[in-house]
Amino acid sequence: MKLYDYILSPSCYKVRLMAALTGVKLELRPVDFHPGLEHRGLALLALNPAGSIPIIEDGDLILTESSAILVYLAAQAAPEWLAGTKPEEAARVQQWLSFSGRLTANLGGARLHEMLLRTGDIDALQAQGIAALRELEAGLVEQNLRGQRFLAADRPTVADIACFPYVALAPDGGVSLDPYPAIRLWSRALRSLHGFVEMPGIHRLHELKPEPTVEESKA
Amino acid sequence: MSIQAMIDEWYPVGIFAQLDEAGRNTMLMGEPIVVTKDGNARVTGRNGRSLPVKVRYGHVWTSLGEPKKDLFPIPEADQPGRRFVDVGVVRVRCSPLRAVENFLDIAHFPFVHTDILGAEPHTEVQNYKVEIREDVDEVWATQVKFYQPQAAKSASGGITTEYMYRVAAPTCTVLYKTCPPRPTEWDVITLFVQPLTEELCDVWPWMALFDDETSMTDLIHFQQTIFLQDRSILENQIPRLLPLDPGMEIPTRADMTSIAYRRWLKRHNYTYGAQLVAQ
Repeated sequence: MKLYDYILSPSCYKVRLMAALTGVKLELRPVDFHPGLEHRGLALLALNPAGSIPIIEDGDLILTESSAILVYLAAQAAPEWLAGTKPEEAARVQQWLSFSGRLTANLGGARLHEMLLRTGDIDALQAQGIAALRELEAGLVEQNLRGQRFLAADRPTVADIACFPYVALAPDGGVSLDPYPAIRLWSRALRSLHGFVEMPGIHRLHELKPEPTVEESKA
Repeated sequence: MSIQAMIDEWYPVGIFAQLDEAGRNTMLMGEPIVVTKDGNARVTGRNGRSLPVKVRYGHVWTSLGEPKKDLFPIPEADQPGRRFVDVGVVRVRCSPLRAVENFLDIAHFPFVHTDILGAEPHTEVQNYKVEIREDVDEVWATQVKFYQPQAAKSASGGITTEYMYRVAAPTCTVLYKTCPPRPTEWDVITLFVQPLTEELCDVWPWMALFDDETSMTDLIHFQQTIFLQDRSILENQIPRLLPLDPGMEIPTRADMTSIAYRRWLKRHNYTYGAQLVAQ
Protein backbone atom coordinates (compact mmCIF):
# COMPACT_ATOMS: atom_id res chain seq x y z
CA MET A 1 0.00 0.00 0.00
CA LYS A 2 1.53 3.27 -1.13
CA LEU A 3 0.98 6.55 0.74
CA TYR A 4 1.68 9.86 -1.01
CA ASP A 5 3.00 11.53 2.05
CA TYR A 6 4.25 14.82 3.45
CA ILE A 7 6.01 14.69 6.80
CA LEU A 8 4.49 17.98 8.00
CA SER A 9 0.92 17.25 6.87
CA PRO A 10 -1.41 16.41 9.77
CA SER A 11 -3.72 14.57 7.36
CA CYS A 12 -0.88 12.37 6.12
CA TYR A 13 0.15 11.84 9.73
CA LYS A 14 -3.34 10.46 10.48
CA VAL A 15 -2.62 7.70 7.99
CA ARG A 16 0.90 7.02 9.27
CA LEU A 17 -0.38 6.95 12.85
CA MET A 18 -3.29 4.65 12.05
CA ALA A 19 -0.98 2.31 10.15
CA ALA A 20 1.49 2.27 13.05
CA LEU A 21 -1.24 1.57 15.60
CA THR A 22 -2.75 -1.24 13.54
CA GLY A 23 0.47 -2.75 12.22
CA VAL A 24 -0.16 -1.99 8.53
CA LYS A 25 2.97 -1.57 6.42
CA LEU A 26 3.01 1.50 4.22
CA GLU A 27 5.27 2.33 1.34
CA LEU A 28 5.90 6.07 1.67
CA ARG A 29 6.21 8.22 -1.42
CA PRO A 30 7.29 11.71 -0.23
CA VAL A 31 5.55 14.62 -1.95
CA ASP A 32 7.30 18.00 -2.17
CA PHE A 33 4.30 19.93 -0.80
CA HIS A 34 6.45 22.80 0.46
CA PRO A 35 8.18 24.58 -1.12
CA GLY A 36 7.67 22.58 -4.37
CA LEU A 37 3.82 22.45 -4.53
CA GLU A 38 4.12 19.00 -6.10
CA HIS A 39 0.57 18.11 -5.02
CA ARG A 40 -0.68 20.69 -7.53
CA GLY A 41 1.41 19.17 -10.35
CA LEU A 42 -0.03 17.15 -13.22
CA ALA A 43 1.08 13.75 -11.95
CA LEU A 44 -0.63 14.08 -8.59
CA LEU A 45 -3.68 15.90 -9.95
CA ALA A 46 -4.20 12.88 -12.21
CA LEU A 47 -4.47 10.76 -9.07
CA ASN A 48 -6.43 13.28 -7.02
CA PRO A 49 -8.20 16.11 -8.86
CA ALA A 50 -8.78 17.84 -5.51
CA GLY A 51 -5.04 18.51 -5.37
CA SER A 52 -4.67 17.35 -1.78
CA ILE A 53 -2.71 14.70 0.06
CA PRO A 54 -2.76 12.06 1.49
CA ILE A 55 -3.45 9.70 -1.38
CA ILE A 56 -3.45 5.94 -0.92
CA GLU A 57 -2.81 3.57 -3.80
CA ASP A 58 -3.51 -0.09 -3.12
CA GLY A 59 -3.68 -2.08 -6.33
CA ASP A 60 -6.57 -0.59 -8.28
CA LEU A 61 -7.92 1.28 -5.29
CA ILE A 62 -7.17 4.98 -4.96
CA LEU A 63 -8.36 6.83 -1.86
CA THR A 64 -7.97 10.58 -1.36
CA GLU A 65 -10.06 11.37 1.73
CA SER A 66 -8.20 10.79 4.98
CA SER A 67 -11.28 9.52 6.87
CA ALA A 68 -11.92 6.93 4.17
CA ILE A 69 -8.28 5.89 4.35
CA LEU A 70 -8.50 5.44 8.14
CA VAL A 71 -11.59 3.25 7.70
CA TYR A 72 -9.83 1.23 5.00
CA LEU A 73 -6.78 0.57 7.20
CA ALA A 74 -8.89 -0.33 10.22
CA ALA A 75 -11.22 -2.59 8.28
CA GLN A 76 -8.25 -4.49 6.92
CA ALA A 77 -6.11 -4.85 10.00
CA ALA A 78 -7.96 -3.86 13.17
CA PRO A 79 -11.78 -3.77 12.98
CA GLU A 80 -11.98 -2.87 16.66
CA TRP A 81 -11.01 0.67 15.57
CA LEU A 82 -14.29 0.92 13.62
CA ALA A 83 -17.69 1.72 15.11
CA GLY A 84 -19.43 -1.16 16.86
CA THR A 85 -23.01 -2.18 16.25
CA LYS A 86 -24.61 0.18 18.77
CA PRO A 87 -26.47 2.89 16.85
CA GLU A 88 -25.25 5.68 19.08
CA GLU A 89 -21.62 4.66 18.81
CA ALA A 90 -21.83 4.23 15.05
CA ALA A 91 -23.37 7.66 14.73
CA ARG A 92 -20.78 9.27 17.02
CA VAL A 93 -17.95 7.87 14.91
CA GLN A 94 -19.52 9.41 11.80
CA GLN A 95 -20.22 12.66 13.63
CA TRP A 96 -16.57 13.14 14.62
CA LEU A 97 -15.24 11.95 11.26
CA SER A 98 -17.26 14.73 9.63
CA PHE A 99 -16.23 17.16 12.34
CA SER A 100 -12.57 16.42 11.56
CA GLY A 101 -13.06 18.06 8.17
CA ARG A 102 -13.82 21.33 9.94
CA LEU A 103 -10.59 21.00 11.95
CA THR A 104 -8.65 20.61 8.71
CA ALA A 105 -10.22 23.79 7.39
CA ASN A 106 -9.91 26.01 10.45
CA LEU A 107 -7.02 24.82 12.65
CA GLY A 108 -5.22 23.40 9.60
CA GLY A 109 -5.77 26.62 7.68
CA ALA A 110 -4.46 28.71 10.58
CA ARG A 111 -1.40 26.48 10.82
CA LEU A 112 -0.61 26.75 7.09
CA HIS A 113 -1.02 30.51 7.32
CA GLU A 114 1.15 30.97 10.39
CA MET A 115 3.82 28.44 9.50
CA LEU A 116 4.13 28.11 5.73
CA LEU A 117 2.75 31.55 4.76
CA ARG A 118 -0.29 30.26 2.89
CA THR A 119 -3.05 32.79 2.31
CA GLY A 120 -6.15 32.95 4.50
CA ASP A 121 -8.16 35.11 6.90
CA ILE A 122 -6.17 34.25 10.01
CA ASP A 123 -8.54 35.87 12.52
CA ALA A 124 -11.53 33.98 11.14
CA LEU A 125 -9.59 30.70 10.96
CA GLN A 126 -8.41 31.00 14.55
CA ALA A 127 -11.90 32.00 15.80
CA GLN A 128 -13.45 29.00 14.03
CA GLY A 129 -10.68 26.79 15.39
CA ILE A 130 -11.37 27.92 18.94
CA ALA A 131 -15.10 27.27 18.46
CA ALA A 132 -14.28 23.75 17.24
CA LEU A 133 -11.96 23.10 20.19
CA ARG A 134 -14.72 24.13 22.61
CA GLU A 135 -17.10 21.74 20.91
CA LEU A 136 -14.55 18.96 21.16
CA GLU A 137 -13.81 19.75 24.81
CA ALA A 138 -17.54 19.60 25.62
CA GLY A 139 -17.88 16.32 23.72
CA LEU A 140 -14.99 14.77 25.64
CA VAL A 141 -16.35 15.94 28.99
CA GLU A 142 -19.70 14.34 28.16
CA GLN A 143 -17.95 11.15 27.15
CA ASN A 144 -16.09 11.16 30.47
CA LEU A 145 -19.42 11.49 32.30
CA ARG A 146 -20.57 8.40 30.40
CA GLY A 147 -17.40 6.65 31.58
CA GLN A 148 -15.80 6.69 28.14
CA ARG A 149 -12.29 8.01 27.58
CA PHE A 150 -12.45 8.46 23.83
CA LEU A 151 -14.66 10.33 21.37
CA ALA A 152 -17.09 7.57 20.48
CA ALA A 153 -16.45 4.74 22.93
CA ASP A 154 -14.26 3.63 25.81
CA ARG A 155 -11.71 2.51 23.24
CA PRO A 156 -10.03 4.60 20.57
CA THR A 157 -11.64 4.55 17.13
CA VAL A 158 -10.91 6.02 13.72
CA ALA A 159 -12.78 9.13 14.92
CA ASP A 160 -10.07 9.86 17.51
CA ILE A 161 -7.30 9.49 14.95
CA ALA A 162 -9.19 11.72 12.51
CA CYS A 163 -9.46 14.56 15.07
CA PHE A 164 -6.21 14.23 17.01
CA PRO A 165 -3.51 15.67 14.68
CA TYR A 166 -5.03 19.08 13.86
CA VAL A 167 -6.02 19.51 17.51
CA ALA A 168 -2.58 18.60 18.84
CA LEU A 169 -0.97 20.98 16.34
CA ALA A 170 -3.33 23.89 17.07
CA PRO A 171 -0.52 25.89 18.74
CA ASP A 172 1.36 25.84 15.40
CA GLY A 173 -1.44 28.05 14.11
CA GLY A 174 -1.39 30.36 17.12
CA VAL A 175 -4.29 28.65 18.92
CA SER A 176 -3.50 27.67 22.49
CA LEU A 177 -4.62 24.36 24.01
CA ASP A 178 -4.18 25.61 27.58
CA PRO A 179 -7.94 26.14 28.27
CA TYR A 180 -8.93 22.53 27.45
CA PRO A 181 -8.12 19.98 30.18
CA ALA A 182 -10.28 17.22 28.68
CA ILE A 183 -8.51 17.62 25.33
CA ARG A 184 -5.13 17.39 27.05
CA LEU A 185 -6.10 14.18 28.88
CA TRP A 186 -7.44 12.72 25.65
CA SER A 187 -4.27 13.69 23.83
CA ARG A 188 -2.23 12.02 26.52
CA ALA A 189 -4.34 8.86 26.32
CA LEU A 190 -3.77 8.71 22.56
CA ARG A 191 -0.05 9.37 22.86
CA SER A 192 0.17 6.54 25.41
CA LEU A 193 -1.21 3.96 22.96
CA HIS A 194 1.11 1.10 22.11
CA GLY A 195 2.66 1.76 18.72
CA PHE A 196 2.07 5.52 18.78
CA VAL A 197 4.34 7.48 16.42
CA GLU A 198 5.10 11.19 16.55
CA MET A 199 5.42 13.91 13.94
CA PRO A 200 7.21 17.27 14.11
CA GLY A 201 5.24 19.38 16.59
CA ILE A 202 3.70 16.37 18.33
CA HIS A 203 6.16 15.08 20.87
CA ARG A 204 6.19 11.64 22.37
CA LEU A 205 5.61 11.15 26.08
CA HIS A 206 9.15 11.01 27.43
CA GLU A 207 7.78 10.44 30.90
CA LEU A 208 6.55 6.99 29.90
CA LYS A 209 10.09 5.68 30.32
CA PRO A 210 10.55 3.32 33.28
CA GLU A 211 10.47 5.02 36.66
CA PRO A 212 13.91 5.61 38.14
CA THR A 213 14.77 3.43 41.13
CA VAL A 214 14.57 5.48 44.28
CA GLU A 215 16.84 4.28 47.08
CA GLU A 216 15.35 4.17 50.51
CA SER A 217 16.64 6.92 52.74
CA LYS A 218 19.22 5.68 55.25
CA ALA A 219 18.84 8.67 57.54
CA MET B 1 16.35 47.66 21.06
CA SER B 2 18.34 49.39 18.39
CA ILE B 3 17.80 48.77 14.72
CA GLN B 4 20.75 50.93 13.72
CA ALA B 5 23.68 48.55 14.08
CA MET B 6 21.90 45.72 12.24
CA ILE B 7 20.39 47.84 9.48
CA ASP B 8 23.43 47.61 7.20
CA GLU B 9 23.46 43.81 7.26
CA TRP B 10 22.26 41.55 4.44
CA TYR B 11 19.09 39.52 5.07
CA PRO B 12 17.41 36.70 3.12
CA VAL B 13 13.98 37.61 1.75
CA GLY B 14 13.05 34.81 -0.66
CA ILE B 15 14.08 31.76 -2.68
CA PHE B 16 15.35 33.04 -6.01
CA ALA B 17 14.01 30.07 -8.01
CA GLN B 18 10.49 30.69 -6.67
CA LEU B 19 10.27 34.40 -7.41
CA ASP B 20 7.81 35.56 -10.02
CA GLU B 21 6.64 38.86 -11.44
CA ALA B 22 3.69 38.97 -9.04
CA GLY B 23 6.25 39.27 -6.28
CA ARG B 24 6.35 38.46 -2.65
CA ASN B 25 5.01 40.99 -0.15
CA THR B 26 6.96 40.64 3.04
CA MET B 27 8.64 42.63 5.74
CA LEU B 28 12.15 43.37 6.94
CA MET B 29 12.67 44.73 10.45
CA GLY B 30 9.22 46.24 10.49
CA GLU B 31 9.40 47.76 7.01
CA PRO B 32 7.06 46.36 4.33
CA ILE B 33 9.05 45.26 1.27
CA VAL B 34 8.22 43.66 -2.09
CA VAL B 35 10.51 41.09 -3.67
CA THR B 36 9.95 40.65 -7.41
CA LYS B 37 11.71 39.34 -10.46
CA ASP B 38 12.02 40.89 -13.89
CA GLY B 39 15.00 38.91 -15.07
CA ASN B 40 16.93 39.81 -11.95
CA ALA B 41 15.58 40.03 -8.44
CA ARG B 42 14.34 43.43 -7.27
CA VAL B 43 13.47 44.53 -3.79
CA THR B 44 11.41 47.64 -3.10
CA GLY B 45 11.05 49.19 0.32
CA ARG B 46 8.73 51.79 1.79
CA ASN B 47 7.71 54.61 -0.58
CA GLY B 48 9.00 52.63 -3.54
CA ARG B 49 12.68 53.03 -2.72
CA SER B 50 14.96 50.46 -4.33
CA LEU B 51 16.95 48.36 -1.91
CA PRO B 52 20.31 46.71 -2.61
CA VAL B 53 20.02 43.15 -3.90
CA LYS B 54 22.22 40.07 -4.05
CA VAL B 55 21.33 36.61 -5.24
CA ARG B 56 23.43 34.01 -3.47
CA TYR B 57 23.03 30.57 -1.87
CA GLY B 58 19.68 30.05 -3.58
CA HIS B 59 18.17 33.11 -1.93
CA VAL B 60 17.57 36.79 -2.58
CA TRP B 61 19.32 39.07 -0.08
CA THR B 62 18.66 42.69 0.70
CA SER B 63 19.38 45.39 3.26
CA LEU B 64 17.50 48.40 4.58
CA GLY B 65 20.73 50.33 5.00
CA GLU B 66 24.03 50.58 3.18
CA PRO B 67 25.94 47.32 3.56
CA LYS B 68 29.58 48.01 4.38
CA LYS B 69 30.60 44.41 3.71
CA ASP B 70 29.87 41.89 1.01
CA LEU B 71 27.62 38.99 1.95
CA PHE B 72 29.59 36.49 4.05
CA PRO B 73 31.40 33.82 2.00
CA ILE B 74 30.46 30.14 1.90
CA PRO B 75 33.20 28.66 -0.34
CA GLU B 76 31.42 25.28 -0.37
CA ALA B 77 28.66 26.92 -2.43
CA ASP B 78 31.03 26.84 -5.42
CA GLN B 79 32.38 23.35 -4.86
CA PRO B 80 31.55 20.88 -7.66
CA GLY B 81 29.63 17.76 -6.70
CA ARG B 82 27.54 19.30 -3.95
CA ARG B 83 23.77 19.40 -4.10
CA PHE B 84 22.12 22.64 -3.09
CA VAL B 85 18.84 22.37 -1.26
CA ASP B 86 16.34 25.23 -0.86
CA VAL B 87 14.45 23.85 2.12
CA GLY B 88 11.67 26.47 2.00
CA VAL B 89 10.44 29.15 4.34
CA VAL B 90 9.05 28.49 7.81
CA ARG B 91 7.58 31.32 9.87
CA VAL B 92 8.29 31.28 13.58
CA ARG B 93 6.82 33.53 16.25
CA CYS B 94 10.11 34.13 18.01
CA SER B 95 13.00 36.57 18.09
CA PRO B 96 15.26 36.13 15.04
CA LEU B 97 18.20 35.93 17.45
CA ARG B 98 16.54 33.08 19.36
CA ALA B 99 16.14 31.15 16.11
CA VAL B 100 19.91 31.42 15.58
CA GLU B 101 20.72 30.60 19.18
CA ASN B 102 18.60 27.45 19.12
CA PHE B 103 20.44 26.32 15.98
CA LEU B 104 23.75 26.64 17.87
CA ASP B 105 22.60 24.42 20.73
CA ILE B 106 23.53 20.76 20.86
CA ALA B 107 22.25 19.79 24.29
CA HIS B 108 18.60 19.66 23.19
CA PHE B 109 19.18 17.04 20.48
CA PRO B 110 18.23 13.91 22.49
CA PHE B 111 15.07 15.52 23.84
CA VAL B 112 13.70 17.44 20.85
CA HIS B 113 15.18 15.50 17.91
CA THR B 114 14.84 12.12 19.61
CA ASP B 115 16.23 9.16 17.62
CA ILE B 116 17.42 11.44 14.82
CA LEU B 117 20.03 13.92 16.07
CA GLY B 118 20.29 12.43 19.55
CA ALA B 119 18.99 9.78 21.88
CA GLU B 120 19.02 9.07 25.58
CA PRO B 121 21.19 8.10 27.37
CA HIS B 122 23.78 9.76 25.05
CA THR B 123 23.06 13.25 26.38
CA GLU B 124 26.52 14.49 27.29
CA VAL B 125 27.94 17.42 25.34
CA GLN B 126 31.68 16.89 25.34
CA ASN B 127 34.01 19.81 25.73
CA TYR B 128 34.48 21.92 22.60
CA LYS B 129 36.22 25.12 21.51
CA VAL B 130 34.57 28.50 21.02
CA GLU B 131 36.12 31.71 19.78
CA ILE B 132 35.23 35.05 18.27
CA ARG B 133 37.51 35.24 15.24
CA GLU B 134 38.60 38.83 15.09
CA ASP B 135 39.93 38.72 11.49
CA VAL B 136 36.58 37.73 10.01
CA ASP B 137 34.45 38.99 12.91
CA GLU B 138 32.55 35.72 13.29
CA VAL B 139 31.68 33.38 16.13
CA TRP B 140 33.07 29.86 15.69
CA ALA B 141 32.59 26.68 17.69
CA THR B 142 34.80 23.76 16.72
CA GLN B 143 35.52 20.20 17.81
CA VAL B 144 31.90 19.69 18.74
CA LYS B 145 31.17 15.97 18.93
CA PHE B 146 27.85 14.28 19.52
CA TYR B 147 26.45 10.78 19.22
CA GLN B 148 23.63 10.71 16.69
CA PRO B 149 21.29 7.83 15.78
CA GLN B 150 20.65 9.27 12.29
CA ALA B 151 22.89 12.25 11.68
CA ALA B 152 21.87 12.81 8.07
CA LYS B 153 19.54 11.33 5.50
CA SER B 154 22.64 9.61 4.07
CA ALA B 155 23.63 8.08 7.44
CA SER B 156 22.70 4.51 8.25
CA GLY B 157 22.85 3.76 11.93
CA GLY B 158 24.34 5.78 14.76
CA ILE B 159 27.64 7.64 14.44
CA THR B 160 29.55 10.17 16.48
CA THR B 161 29.16 13.29 14.40
CA GLU B 162 31.60 16.17 14.47
CA TYR B 163 30.30 19.69 14.05
CA MET B 164 31.60 23.21 13.52
CA TYR B 165 29.27 26.12 14.07
CA ARG B 166 29.74 29.54 12.63
CA VAL B 167 27.76 32.73 13.13
CA ALA B 168 28.53 34.75 10.02
CA ALA B 169 26.00 37.57 10.50
CA PRO B 170 23.63 38.49 13.33
CA THR B 171 20.82 36.33 11.92
CA CYS B 172 22.76 33.89 9.74
CA THR B 173 24.50 30.78 10.89
CA VAL B 174 26.34 28.00 9.11
CA LEU B 175 26.83 24.50 10.41
CA TYR B 176 29.52 22.13 9.13
CA LYS B 177 29.03 18.50 10.00
CA THR B 178 30.49 15.11 9.27
CA CYS B 179 29.50 14.02 5.79
CA PRO B 180 28.72 10.29 5.98
CA PRO B 181 29.43 9.45 2.29
CA ARG B 182 32.63 11.59 2.17
CA PRO B 183 34.61 11.53 5.41
CA THR B 184 37.11 14.16 4.19
CA GLU B 185 34.43 16.80 3.50
CA TRP B 186 31.90 18.69 5.59
CA ASP B 187 28.20 18.91 4.86
CA VAL B 188 27.02 22.51 5.02
CA ILE B 189 23.67 23.32 6.60
CA THR B 190 22.64 26.91 7.09
CA LEU B 191 19.93 28.84 8.82
CA PHE B 192 19.25 32.17 7.17
CA VAL B 193 16.80 34.18 9.25
CA GLN B 194 14.75 37.11 7.94
CA PRO B 195 13.75 39.33 10.86
CA LEU B 196 10.18 40.51 10.22
CA THR B 197 9.85 42.11 13.63
CA GLU B 198 11.70 41.62 16.90
CA GLU B 199 9.40 38.71 17.76
CA LEU B 200 8.60 37.24 14.36
CA CYS B 201 10.86 35.76 11.71
CA ASP B 202 10.87 33.84 8.47
CA VAL B 203 13.50 31.12 8.50
CA TRP B 204 15.11 29.94 5.27
CA PRO B 205 17.23 26.82 5.80
CA TRP B 206 19.62 25.99 2.95
CA MET B 207 22.04 23.10 2.49
CA ALA B 208 25.07 22.19 0.37
CA LEU B 209 25.54 18.45 0.69
CA PHE B 210 27.45 15.57 -0.80
CA ASP B 211 24.69 13.02 -1.28
CA ASP B 212 24.02 11.48 -4.68
CA GLU B 213 21.56 8.90 -3.42
CA THR B 214 18.79 10.69 -1.57
CA SER B 215 16.01 12.36 -3.53
CA MET B 216 15.72 16.14 -3.29
CA THR B 217 12.30 15.78 -1.64
CA ASP B 218 13.74 13.48 1.03
CA LEU B 219 16.56 15.94 1.74
CA ILE B 220 14.04 18.77 2.12
CA HIS B 221 11.80 16.68 4.37
CA PHE B 222 14.66 15.59 6.61
CA GLN B 223 15.59 19.19 7.32
CA GLN B 224 11.97 20.34 7.65
CA THR B 225 11.38 17.56 10.18
CA ILE B 226 14.28 18.78 12.30
CA PHE B 227 13.34 22.43 12.07
CA LEU B 228 9.64 21.88 12.78
CA GLN B 229 10.58 19.95 15.91
CA ASP B 230 12.39 23.11 17.02
CA ARG B 231 9.61 25.48 16.03
CA SER B 232 7.17 24.64 18.80
CA ILE B 233 9.97 24.96 21.37
CA LEU B 234 11.08 28.33 19.98
CA GLU B 235 7.55 29.73 20.09
CA ASN B 236 7.34 28.91 23.80
CA GLN B 237 10.61 30.41 24.97
CA ILE B 238 10.38 33.12 27.62
CA PRO B 239 11.29 35.94 27.57
CA ARG B 240 10.50 36.30 23.88
CA LEU B 241 13.48 38.59 23.27
CA LEU B 242 16.96 37.11 23.65
CA PRO B 243 18.48 38.34 26.92
CA LEU B 244 22.02 39.70 26.44
CA ASP B 245 22.65 40.55 30.09
CA PRO B 246 23.22 37.95 32.77
CA GLY B 247 20.00 37.52 34.69
CA MET B 248 17.82 34.62 35.58
CA GLU B 249 19.52 32.15 33.25
CA ILE B 250 22.36 29.98 34.44
CA PRO B 251 24.40 28.75 31.50
CA THR B 252 26.34 25.50 31.60
CA ARG B 253 29.49 24.45 29.73
CA ALA B 254 27.34 23.13 26.90
CA ASP B 255 26.10 26.70 26.30
CA MET B 256 29.51 28.19 25.44
CA THR B 257 28.50 28.90 21.84
CA SER B 258 25.38 30.69 22.95
CA ILE B 259 27.37 32.77 25.43
CA ALA B 260 29.88 33.77 22.75
CA TYR B 261 27.04 34.60 20.34
CA ARG B 262 25.35 36.83 22.93
CA ARG B 263 28.66 38.57 23.76
CA TRP B 264 29.32 39.15 20.09
CA LEU B 265 25.82 40.57 19.58
CA LYS B 266 26.23 42.88 22.54
CA ARG B 267 29.70 44.02 21.48
CA HIS B 268 28.31 45.12 18.09
CA ASN B 269 25.09 46.49 19.51
CA TYR B 270 23.20 43.90 17.41
CA THR B 271 20.13 44.16 19.58
CA TYR B 272 17.15 43.91 17.24
CA GLY B 273 15.31 40.99 18.87
CA ALA B 274 17.34 41.24 22.08
CA GLN B 275 16.59 42.29 25.63
CA LEU B 276 19.26 44.33 27.31
CA VAL B 277 18.40 44.63 30.97
CA ALA B 278 17.46 41.40 32.67
CA GLN B 279 13.85 41.42 33.78
